[in-house]
Amino acid sequence: MATSFTSRDRTRRRAPVAPVAHPRQPVRDPADGRRVIDFRGVSKLYSGDVGLDQATFSVDRGEFVFLVGSTGSGKSTVMRLLIKELEPTSGTIRVAGHDLGEITRRRVPFYRRNVGVVFQDFKLLPNRTVHDNVAYALQVTGGSRKDIRAKVPDILRLTGLSTKLHNYPDQLSGGEQQRVSIARAFVNHPPLLLADEPTGNLDPETSIDIMRLLYRINRTGTTVLVATHDQAMVDKMRRRVLELSRGRIVRDEAAGLYTRDETTRDLARRLRAPSTRPPGV
Amino acid sequence: MRIGFFLREAVRATRRSAAPSFAALATVLVTMLVLGVFIPIVQATNGAANSVRSRVLVDVYMKSSATAADEARVRRELLAVSHVKSVEFVSKQQAYAQQSKIDPQAYQLLGSNPLPDTFHVIPDSPGNVLAVRSALTPKGPSGQPGVIDPAIGSVSNKKNDTRKILEVTNLVTITAAALTVLLTLASILLIANTIRLSLYARRREVEVMKLVGATDWFIRWPFVIEGIVVGAAGALLAIAVLGIAKVALLDPLAHSWTLIAAPQTIPFSALVAILMFAGVLVSALGSGLSLRRFLRV
Repeated sequence: MATSFTSRDRTRRRAPVAPVAHPRQPVRDPADGRRVIDFRGVSKLYSGDVGLDQATFSVDRGEFVFLVGSTGSGKSTVMRLLIKELEPTSGTIRVAGHDLGEITRRRVPFYRRNVGVVFQDFKLLPNRTVHDNVAYALQVTGGSRKDIRAKVPDILRLTGLSTKLHNYPDQLSGGEQQRVSIARAFVNHPPLLLADEPTGNLDPETSIDIMRLLYRINRTGTTVLVATHDQAMVDKMRRRVLELSRGRIVRDEAAGLYTRDETTRDLARRLRAPSTRPPGV
Repeated sequence: MRIGFFLREAVRATRRSAAPSFAALATVLVTMLVLGVFIPIVQATNGAANSVRSRVLVDVYMKSSATAADEARVRRELLAVSHVKSVEFVSKQQAYAQQSKIDPQAYQLLGSNPLPDTFHVIPDSPGNVLAVRSALTPKGPSGQPGVIDPAIGSVSNKKNDTRKILEVTNLVTITAAALTVLLTLASILLIANTIRLSLYARRREVEVMKLVGATDWFIRWPFVIEGIVVGAAGALLAIAVLGIAKVALLDPLAHSWTLIAAPQTIPFSALVAILMFAGVLVSALGSGLSLRRFLRV
């Protein structure tokens, strides 16, 4: 089902970037249906400290967006707001048309099932095998055994973990653990996948594999938002970049060559090649 | 399917984190052992106190000339007095039979029966015994206490003894009740704390479950089931130890020590039921409630 709306989406793509300071009409605009993430004047204060300051941006369905910035710039705040782990101090956040402020505490688990999340520290369940970790995401939604038998092996094959089915997380390398984490985030085929520093603990080669995997997921039509401070990786991937600094969005651009229909193999080849552009663009 | 899943999750959790589960089990075991010993002791103490208190009554001795008609009339009059619960008639012959059984030699020497017909007047509560007594011995015109019926010879006067008995038994009962409350409280806190510690070790796991989109009860059920299993296991072990102790130590003693054999002591089956219920309830509730603060993610 995810792939079906990708093709439709591709034909309808509009220019990906809206200028940051551009004032938006308060009324519904026609792009609403296409918007997966929509932040409007969102601020978050942590007992006086600024976490996020009047952030306004939106992400369309099927986009692959990097969220960059130094430590403490507000990347994690954006991520945590998106999974409703935090409440904004002011402003509204809409995800796939739903106002997060209107989701009651009771409904939060059901909302979270529509958002896949990947963390820097993997957050796997230590007393479950790879298979059971991925299956847990299906079990929480009430997935039947049949469902699990059908979906889990598929997703593990996609992430290249077929041989590690019965291993426990502590028996896996960092890259493998991150793959399990991605498999778990994607097994429900959520329309939105968030990755908070997914390569933060990994070596460059493994990082490329993980990025390639995220790109592959993006190609199925899933919107992917990656928070990272790996500037070199961001430059090479050439996707849309949102930069945060002290809680403000200071840059929102689609890096020059936006080669959307690149295959994952081409992407990996390009990522492994030595940098052709000076960093920090 | 759901119940099966929760059960499997609970078993998995118990097996994979054996140390905290074992700590909780040991806590339940020890607390239930203490409770299991303490409850019968309190019961026996209360029973003893109550049996002493039940002996607090007013004896009305009839004149030796009293007839059956007198007896019937006096019985009616006694029952009409306020705070009187019941009246028990002991005839001369019955009294003689009872007393001579206790001390046959003395009564054999005595030859004839010196005992009067007696009414045991039982007050509705031991505390009212003095009121009943003064009602039965109204002050006459001379200021001396008289009797309410000419057929009554005298009314027993055990004012001081009665007061002492009431005070002491009251103290015993209150102390036992206070100790029970304290011990129960201590048990609940101890078990809840141990469970909380074992949950604390797994709070990261709970956090991950929440982030994946599990509802609170989806996370909570396995913990509650685990609590039930651990509580039941601890209580069963405690019951087994108590059972062995009862058969090996108490039952031989019961013949020679009446306090243990006191009929007021709780029957073993009831004790088993209480311990089982308490163990399961406290640890299941403890697990479910302690989890609450870790579910706020």
